[in-house]
Amino acid sequence: MLNIRLKGVRLENPTVLASGILGVSGASLVNIANHGAGAVTSKSVSLEERKGHPCPILLTFEAGVMNAVGLSNPGVEKIIEELEHYKQNSDAPLIASIFASKTKDFGIAAKKISEAKPDIIEANISCPNVEAEFGKPFAADPKMAAAVTKVVKKNTKIPVFVKLSPNVPNIGMIAKAVEKAGADGITAVNTAGPGMVINIDAGKPLLANKVGGISGPAIKPIAVKCVYDVYEAVKIPIIGTGGITTGRDAVEMIMAGATAVGIGSGVYYRGIEIFQRVCDEIVEFMEENNYSSLKQIRGIAHGK
Amino acid sequence: MENEQPIMLKIENIVEEANDLKSFVFEYNLNAKPGQFIIAWLPRIDEKPFGVAFQAKNKFAITVSKVGKFTKKMHKLEVGDKIGIRGPYGNGFNIKGRRIALVAGGYGAAPLAFLADEAHKKGIIVDFIIGAKTKALLPYIERMKKAGITTHICTDDGSCGIKGFTTDVLKKILKENKIDMVYTCGPEIMMKFVIDICDAHNIPCEISLERYMKCGFGICGQCCVDPTGWRICKDGPVFAKQQAKQITEFAKYKRDASGKKVKL
Repeated sequence: MLNIRLKGVRLENPTVLASGILGVSGASLVNIANHGAGAVTSKSVSLEERKGHPCPILLTFEAGVMNAVGLSNPGVEKIIEELEHYKQNSDAPLIASIFASKTKDFGIAAKKISEAKPDIIEANISCPNVEAEFGKPFAADPKMAAAVTKVVKKNTKIPVFVKLSPNVPNIGMIAKAVEKAGADGITAVNTAGPGMVINIDAGKPLLANKVGGISGPAIKPIAVKCVYDVYEAVKIPIIGTGGITTGRDAVEMIMAGATAVGIGSGVYYRGIEIFQRVCDEIVEFMEENNYSSLKQIRGIAHGK
Repeated sequence: MENEQPIMLKIENIVEEANDLKSFVFEYNLNAKPGQFIIAWLPRIDEKPFGVAFQAKNKFAITVSKVGKFTKKMHKLEVGDKIGIRGPYGNGFNIKGRRIALVAGGYGAAPLAFLADEAHKKGIIVDFIIGAKTKALLPYIERMKKAGITTHICTDDGSCGIKGFTTDVLKKILKENKIDMVYTCGPEIMMKFVIDICDAHNIPCEISLERYMKCGFGICGQCCVDPTGWRICKDGPVFAKQQAKQITEFAKYKRDASGKKVKL
C-alpha cells in the first residue's frame, strides 16, 4: 500500500530520513532504518574533513528547529566504510549526500562515494549555513545548479537527486534547469532563512554561526508550496522535505506532488519512532478515504 | 514543550575540588536525576556537556576539569558571572538495591557523587570507591565524609588511601559484602574491568559513557555508537552492563567533531 519507486529504486514506504539528522555513522542509519524509515540519507560529505561550527549548532524555538552545524564530516574517504556498514546491515535504500564548494569537486565526490554503492546520490547545493565561507549556494542560480548536476551525473551511474533551497524567488525555474541537466529527481527543500535567535540575557546570537537554517513545523507551508511549484515545473520524482511530523503532513506533501517525504526535525518532536508512526497515520488516512495506493493521492492538489 | 535553548544563570559559588578541578554552583531548580547532564554555554565561544555533580533544593553544581580551551575559560570565571545552561539531558542511573558500590575514576566521580548523595538519602548503604593518579587530583572526599558515606580512596602513587586501583578495592568489597548493584564512571578501560568483575560476581552494573556531543537532544547524530546506533545523549549516557557489551566501540574508539573515528 505504501511502497513507492524513486527512479527505479523501490522503497517499502515513502518516509526518508533527511540529510543531516542522525546520519553521521552507518550504525545510526541502520538504527533509523530498523525503526521504519523507507530510505535513509547520510549526512553530507565533502572531499576534505570538516569539523563544522562550534556549538551551539542546533536549537529549537516556538515553531521549529534552527541549525548551523557547518557541514561537519570526516571526508568522503572515511564515509565509505560507514556507508558500506549500512549496506551490509540494512535493506532500505541508501541516499548518500555530497557537497562541495567548487563544481569540479562535486564530480570527484560523486565518483568517490559511488564506490560505497549507495542507491541514490543527493547533491546538496543548498546549505545556507556556510555562506560566510562559500558565498551564495549553487541552488540560488539555475546555471550553477545545472552545472553541478551535469558534473555529478557525468561521474556516476547511480541516480542523482539534487537538493534545492526554498530561499529563491522561483524554485520551479531551478528545478527545470537541473532536470534539463540530467537530474533523476529533486529533494525539496533544504532549510529556510537563514534566521537568527538572540539570547537577550546574554545579548548575543545563540548559534555560534549566528545564523542558521530553519526547519520543522515553521517551514511546512513553504516546503509544500515549493514542492507544488517543482511538481508543476518538472516530471522527475520529488522527495518533499520540510516540517513533516505527522502522516497527515506527509499526505499533504504528496498531494503537492511529492513521491517520497523527507523527515528530519520531526525526530525531535516524535522520537525515532516517527517513521513508523507517520506510515501508520498515512495508512489510516488512506483507509478512511478509500485510497489503495499513494499514486492516487500524488499531485491531486494540482489543477482546477 | 520548552525550547532547547540555554538560560543564563549566575554562578553562586565556586568550589576548588582538586588541582584544576572546580565546581560551579547555580541557584536553579534543575530537577535532574543522578547520571543526567547539562550543556553549558559560553556565548561566542562554545558549548560542552557536564554531568550534574551535586543537587539540593533549588541548587545544583557541575564540576569542570581544566583540559581544553572551553574549560580554561570556565576556570577564569568568578562568582556572579553568568553562563548559559540547558538540560537536564540523558537517562540517568537507576537507583536500586540495599547496598551499592560506586567506582569513580578521575573526574568521572562527578555524576557518582550526586548518585551517592541520593542513594544515601534513600537509606541505601553506599561504598564510594574513588581513584586518581595522586592526592591532589581527588575530589569530593570531604563532601562524602560529611555526608557519612563510606569512601575508599586509591591513588596510583599511594599519596592518599591505598596504593592501587579502584578495581582491586571493588573486588575486595564484593568478596566481603553482599552488594546489590555497582555503578561506574571514568576511563573506559576501567569501566570495562568493572564490568568483568561484576560478571564474575553475577552483580548488575550500570556505566556512564561519554562521546563527542553537539545537540544533546538526540537529533544531530554525533554521539551515536557502533554498532547499535544508540545516541549517548538520549538513549544514554547510562547503560546497563548487558547493553555496554553490545557497544563494540566501548573502550576502543570514539568519533570526533567531524565524525572521524579516533582510538581511545
